[in-house]
Parts: sequence; structure tokens; C-alpha cells
Amino acid sequence: MADLGLQNKVVVGELALRKSGKASFATTSFKEAYEMDFNLNEDQLMIQEMVHKFAEKELAPRAAHYDKTMEFPWENVKKLAGLNLMGITVPPEYGGAGLDSLSYCIAIEEISRACASTGVITAVQNSLAEFPLYKFGNEDHKKKYLPLLASGEKIGAYALTEPNSGSDAAGMETTAVAHEDHYILNGVKTFITNSIAAEIFLLYATVNKSLGHKGICCFIIEKNFPGFKVGKKEEMMGVRASGTCQLILENCRVPKENILGAEGDGFKIAMTTLDVGRMGIAAQAVGIAQACMDQSIKYAKERKQFNQPISSFQLVQAMLVEMAVKIDAARLLLYRAAKLRDEGAKFVKESSMAKWFSSETAMECAIKAVQIHGGYGYTTEYPVERLMRDAKVTQIYEGTSEIQKLVIARNLLG
Amino acid sequence: MKIIVCIKQVPDTEAQIKINSDGSGIVAEGIKWVLNPYDEFAVEEAIRVKERLKEGEVTVITLGSQQAKEALRACLAMGADKAVHLADEAFTGADSGATALILSLAIKNMEYDIILCGKQAVDGDMAQVGSSLAEFLDMPFVSNITKLEISADKKSAKVQRETEGASEIIESTLPAVFSAQKGLNEPRYASLMGIMQAKKKEIKEIKAQDLGIEKETVKQMSKMHLLKFSPPTQRPPGRMIQGEPRDTAIELVKLLHEEAKVI
Repeated sequence: MADLGLQNKVVVGELALRKSGKASFATTSFKEAYEMDFNLNEDQLMIQEMVHKFAEKELAPRAAHYDKTMEFPWENVKKLAGLNLMGITVPPEYGGAGLDSLSYCIAIEEISRACASTGVITAVQNSLAEFPLYKFGNEDHKKKYLPLLASGEKIGAYALTEPNSGSDAAGMETTAVAHEDHYILNGVKTFITNSIAAEIFLLYATVNKSLGHKGICCFIIEKNFPGFKVGKKEEMMGVRASGTCQLILENCRVPKENILGAEGDGFKIAMTTLDVGRMGIAAQAVGIAQACMDQSIKYAKERKQFNQPISSFQLVQAMLVEMAVKIDAARLLLYRAAKLRDEGAKFVKESSMAKWFSSETAMECAIKAVQIHGGYGYTTEYPVERLMRDAKVTQIYEGTSEIQKLVIARNLLG
Repeated sequence: MKIIVCIKQVPDTEAQIKINSDGSGIVAEGIKWVLNPYDEFAVEEAIRVKERLKEGEVTVITLGSQQAKEALRACLAMGADKAVHLADEAFTGADSGATALILSLAIKNMEYDIILCGKQAVDGDMAQVGSSLAEFLDMPFVSNITKLEISADKKSAKVQRETEGASEIIESTLPAVFSAQKGLNEPRYASLMGIMQAKKKEIKEIKAQDLGIEKETVKQMSKMHLLKFSPPTQRPPGRMIQGEPRDTAIELVKLLHEEAKVI
């Protein structure tokens, strides 16, 4: 998988330089970004095989049920927890498996291939709840919350978005006022994945709206804090089992020690988290796209028209080919971003590239998959209509496709 | 309680098997290799016995190529403690009897209370290694078990096997060899921790000379030799009877009676 047939560590830039004899690359991190070694190691291969088998047998058969009923898939979550998939990158001393980002991406991809709702639940737990706690939390935070999350004993959520603040995160209206030994929070958060089941929330609020992003703080909120309430569940187009709700804070009292980082660090924490988080969504998108192709190939070989399987028609083949090439490209972009992160290199631009391209690919593959399935694809009898609904959200959450382009442009133009 | 599980790496049951041009074997290229599904039941049961007794050690053993290490590692990731790999060019071409004999020579040097194996490997379907191994080790053997209970004094085991119309419950002294049938348990998936820990566990390699075996000896041990693989004959295409219902019914009855001879 992902073996480019090149010797390990061949730097394509160097090859190109040698061939053309000129250095015309403006990108400063060129060497870092183009070093190619996409071979999965032994552990990563075993993880891929295990999660694939698990997801196919245990998650896929119930995906339509959870989509229809919008039930939070507790059964899935418990099984994932048993395999340490609710704490993939958290170090063992805090109860996680201590694996690298690439392993994490592979796992989310395989889970999402079977059930996109379960994919995003797992991604949020790992990269939006555990990652910032580990990266920005003090020792008390880590000891108190990470083992609960990594073991899957408690579900975590990330609460940034508000009814009037989406891409413009710094424009949030939820306020935090310091009062004696605690903060008092007021406001509403919306579209919060996992929140129907979550007991630990990383929630953002501003201590001074006039300060803009410099006034934002990140708080660790436990479900039972006074004044905290989970509001109505959203009835969504896709990822319907992801337990996405509103959160309502009415004079919610948060102990002072539950601030993550310092006052004003919130925006940085939120953005750093999303840089990592969007790799999880890219992985989810690759998984959905792969499922679209798997379903399409199976159907095209079975479905007969004009006395032959529709896979023998070149216009159908063309759709399959376009899916296959784009999925490969998306996966390689994703694995590159993950590898860069694992090597400690810069990965923000690459993770945005992966997120943008994977989510566009997922949507495109879903549209093609429904087209290949024809009338049947438009019904709930086949899973592709669900995949199409699930694919759409990957272009929206954890930074819309437009925001990804802005991030990439900012990195290109400096 | 020391438990040894004999395992084999086999082509995935979903793999498309093609025979090579001279009929001496199958085309290995493009085949995904997995732990034999019946062996997976055996490994799972061994780990469960250890978990139930809260003590013990599970050792997996295989005779096979270097690639077979993957299957051993999969068992270690599930929770087996140790692995032994009988890996030597000299073992190539060993038939079921020779395989069992070589396994028995290696196992004689090990400690064991129970030896488990799958009821058969899904590639060769010979179902001989378990019983032959028990013979070479002079131990009782019960095939196709679906339940395993160890007595309180750990000196005997009660096993269950399904036969036509009845369940047999058999008590055997230990040590004994049991072969696992589907229904014995639901094998677990290796956890991420399990996969990471598997790397730290030992896979001990044993060569032919460690067992005092020479290449010629293996040939003598093997009483059977594979002559040739041939593809199964292709199923003839179905026949369509066309015409008016009255005529086609008469034709169908005639064919079922005279050609198919089923009525």
C-alpha cells in the first residue's frame, strides 16, 4: 500500500533539480514536503488489517441502522474502546496506545469506510478532545481526563462553533467572567459532535470580546457542572449518529483550574487542534470515498443491462477510474501530511491540502457512485445514498473547503 | 498451565486460487495470507483458558516459510506469550505426517499441559496434523471440540464435540491434544496495545539441525508426495428449455428422469 516504487527517501525535488538543472522552487519547506517514503511499516500494516476486518464485520452491518435512527452507536464505541481505538495517539502513561499520526489516519479511514458516523465520533475523541488536552493541558489535566477519554470510558467533545460564529471563530459570543475561584460562562454552542454522549467538553469562550481572538480561552467542562446543559439534537443530512447537539451555558460555573493553557490562549489552542483534527476528517473522507468505489465496483460487475454487466461499458469504467485515481491522490496527500507531523516537520499546509482534496474527492466519488447505481442508488436499498449524505459534511466541518484554500494560500504567499 | 497452539498460515479464504503452469503449486502472487481460521479458534481458546485460570503461558508454533512469521505475530498480538517458528529450507515439501513429526520433535523439548490446533487447515484440508501429533507424542486426542473446561486440579479436561444429532461430552486426562471446531469461541481482534506489545515478544527460530533432522530425513519422513494440482472441472452451463409451458414441462420431466436421473 502506498508504495511508490521508489527507493526509500528519494527526494523528488532533488531528482527534478538534477534533471532540469535549475532550482526554481519557491517553497521553503520543499525538501520536507516532498521526501517520499510512504511505505507503511509492519505495525501500520497490522493496524490497517485489524481495523479493516473489525470495521467490516462489526461496524458496517449496523451503519444503515444508526443512520436511520440517529442513535448514538454506543455498542460501536465500546468495541472500539476495547481495541484502544478511542485513544490511539495518547501515550501509554495516560492510558492510550501511543501510536503515530499515520496509524491514527489509517484507523479513522478504515472505520469511516464502514460507518462514517462512527468515524467522526472516533476522530473527535482522539484529535479534538485528547490531542489538545495532551498538548496544552497541565499534569493535573492530563492525569484527570486523558485516561478517562483514551480508555473510552468517557466521551469527549470540542465546542467552538456558535449560531453566529462558524468560520469566524474569533467572533464568538460566549462569555467567561472570572469570579472568585471560578469562571461564569454564558452562551450557546452549536453543531457539537459527540455532545449527546460526551461528559468532557473542551469549550471556548471569550473573557473580553473587544480583544478579538486574544480574548478567547479554552475551558474543560464536565457535563455535571452547574449551569451546563445539552440542548436539542440536530437532525442532519449525514453523519446522523454522531450525537450532534447544541450546548447551553447559563451561568455555568467552571473552576479556575479548568482553563486549558492561560487566558487568551484559546484561539491558538483551537486552531492548533484543528490543524491536527482536519487530518482525521481527511481520513474520514478518504474512507467514505473508498467505500463509494468498493460499492460501485461490486454493483457494476453484478448489474446487467443490454445482456452484459455495466462494468463492461467504457463510460462506467471512466467513472470508476476517476474515482480510483483521485482516491489514491487523496490518500497520498493525507499520508504525507501525517508523516510530516510524525517527523516533527511543518504540516499545516499539507494537512489543509489533504483535507480539501479528500473531502472534494469524497463528494465527487459519492455522486459518481449514486450515478453508477442509477435508480437503485437513489434508494435506501443500497448504501451509496447514505455515503453521499455523509460525504457532504467533510467539505464543511473542521474548516470548510473554502477555509482550507485560505490556509493553503496563506502558506503559499507568506 | 502451559498451552501450546499449533498454527498455520494459509491463503485468505476469499483469495482467488490459481494453479501455476506446471501444476506443482499455486500462484503465490497477489494472495493475501492469513492465520488459518480454525487455528484462530484454538489460539483464542488458549488465551481464554489462561485468562480464566489467571495463570499460564500460551506458546504458538508453526512450521513454515519466513512469511509465516506474520501469522505468529498475529497470534502474539491477540495475546499469546511466545512463538516458535520451525523455519528451514530442509522442511520444504514435508507432508502432513512429516509436519506432525517435526512439530512433535520440537514440542518434546517444551513444557505443555494442553496442545491445541485447528481441526484442519483451510488450504490443504487434510486434517491430519493434530491426530498425528498426538500419536507421535503418545497423548490422547479429541477432534472438533466446541467447548473446553479444565478441571479444578488441572489434571483433566472436559471437552464437547458435536456429532450427528448429539453432543458428545468427553473427559480426558492431561496432557492432551484437542482440535478446534467452529463454535468453540468468537476470536477477538488484536487491540492496538496488543499489536504494539507483539513486537516485544520473542519469536524463537528453530532449524532442522536443532532437532537433528537433515533434508534427506524430511524426504524419508514424508510418505506422501504431491504429484500435481489440477483445476476443478468447469461446471457446464445451465440449459434453458424454451417453448410453451406444456411442452417445456414435459421436456423438463424427461430430462430430470433420463439425464439427471433425479426422479
